Amino acid sequence: MPTSTQTTESGPTGPSSEPEAGQQMPSSKPDGRAPKAVVRPGDRIFSAATLIAGILILVILAGVALFLLAQSKDTIEAQLTDPSQITGGKGFFSYVWPLVIGTLISAAIALVVATPFALGIALFTTHMAPRKLAPVLGYVIDLLAAIPSVVYGLWGIALAGNLTGFYLWLSQWFGWIPIFAPAADGSVSQTGRTLLTASLVLSIMILPIITSLTREIFLQTPRLQEEAALALGATRWEMIRMAVLPFGKSGIVSATMLGLGRALGETMAVAMILSPGVLTASLVVSGNQTIASEIAQNFPEAAGLRLSELITVGLVLFVITLLVNMGARAIVARTSVKGS
Amino acid sequence: MSKQIDIKDLDIFYGDFRAVDGVQMQIKPRSVTAFIGPSGCGKSTVLRTLNRMHEVIPGASVSGEVLMDGNNIYGAGVDPVNVRREVGMVFQRANPFPTMSIKENVLAGVRLNNRRLSKSEADDLTERALRGANLWNEVKDRLNLPGSGLSGGQQQRLCIARAIAVEPEVLLMDEPCSALDPISTLAIEDLINDLKDKYTVVIVTHNMQQAARVSDKTAFFNIAGTGKPGKLIEFNETSSIFSNPDKEETENYISGRFG
Repeated sequence: MPTSTQTTESGPTGPSSEPEAGQQMPSSKPDGRAPKAVVRPGDRIFSAATLIAGILILVILAGVALFLLAQSKDTIEAQLTDPSQITGGKGFFSYVWPLVIGTLISAAIALVVATPFALGIALFTTHMAPRKLAPVLGYVIDLLAAIPSVVYGLWGIALAGNLTGFYLWLSQWFGWIPIFAPAADGSVSQTGRTLLTASLVLSIMILPIITSLTREIFLQTPRLQEEAALALGATRWEMIRMAVLPFGKSGIVSATMLGLGRALGETMAVAMILSPGVLTASLVVSGNQTIASEIAQNFPEAAGLRLSELITVGLVLFVITLLVNMGARAIVARTSVKGS
Repeated sequence: MSKQIDIKDLDIFYGDFRAVDGVQMQIKPRSVTAFIGPSGCGKSTVLRTLNRMHEVIPGASVSGEVLMDGNNIYGAGVDPVNVRREVGMVFQRANPFPTMSIKENVLAGVRLNNRRLSKSEADDLTERALRGANLWNEVKDRLNLPGSGLSGGQQQRLCIARAIAVEPEVLLMDEPCSALDPISTLAIEDLINDLKDKYTVVIVTHNMQQAARVSDKTAFFNIAGTGKPGKLIEFNETSSIFSNPDKEETENYISGRFG
């Protein structure tokens, strides 16, 4: 029996389809319009369920944003009437500024360190590794993602102690670069619990997410593209450069941005590792602080205006993460390729 | 520029499964050879052993020899990468690199060979390859646009241009027209006729009329049943395969009485 979809499809096929169209006439309305599609209860339930899920995510996001804004009211009032009430005594922006910088720097270092390794591991497991080894490696990487951040924090503290020698060496040889400069007396952090240590631990924490996402993308490279490159006489690496990487470009960007999102918001490990202090350019001396860690460390004793301050700081992090995600979307939209 | 191919006692395996058994064939330079046969008879597999592309599939292996002007491409120390630089290939579906422009697609293979090209050399080569693929007039005004914006038939000819830009000795075509309309198919068939002046062309096709139209010699492959290896049944001048085949199996297949 002809259904409504067949009626619409047979429209543009030209003269040869005329007898068919004639046969279908009885099923359409006298005015020539296609009959209404049959609606089944299963379809209705399913579409309603997906609609609810879709709306829910918007409601939750709006709820979080509203909560943060409402709770920030005291801080905003204080900022407008008497900025000296705010921690640090110089207003909200001079309080939050170092935190923002610390957050961005630690996340950026983590990303710069983790991305090359993640891409390398993903390429190795998808295109280089022996067929028996590849799934094992993938499993191990996924396991890394399952380690709780508090464990990473403990491990980071242990790591910090071992890094002091390295930091001293860095400051002696590369101290002329501001980020490796030693303190005024020529020393570096005695405990090693610096922003650089926190960033390195962060990089290992975001490694699995970037690796597994890019691995999935590299696995989806069209076989035809890979064969096109190989048939031209490409070596394995040249094939990866010609076919795999261009195809996966937008996926790589979104994977790293998801990693960046995690690095920006990671709280527990940073709070445990970093011994916080004032903003300094150097990454090998004590100091600096990230937003998430600032909130975690101060929230238990906070009340009144201090509580509102911390929530406002959270709002700032929320906005940063939102901007990062929007930027990632824009890049993905610009770089995505039509696969064939 | 064009090489003779001698296939000697070629067996092809996927793991323990013997996919093709005992192929014996001599393909003359500057000729078009068509492989025909039912699906699964191993004709594409044989084609892909001629540039060692079957090795991309894990577990694939061969025994026997494939000689290109006397040199065994399965000899010790032969790098498949070098084999593929001499033996170009065109696939069932057009596969231009989607991120590259038309020009970059043509030059992709040449750039792989680490040859530094001056701009004028690159322009010349692009024009020569595109003219060789009968595509120049259609794309000369949009060489810097993506290759994926072309029609299916144009994309396939772009792939042929990409393959001949590296000036291979042999050109393999794996059902190059199976995804194309009759007009584009005609364009490709005309092109195959021109290509045989310079290259040894081997083409796999499901279309027997096409084999009859384009090829000098035809090889008919068949398979006894599922799980059995494919075999070369008959290899002869195209005219005699289609008018007066030696084997009954061949006659049954080309006349449509298959089985």
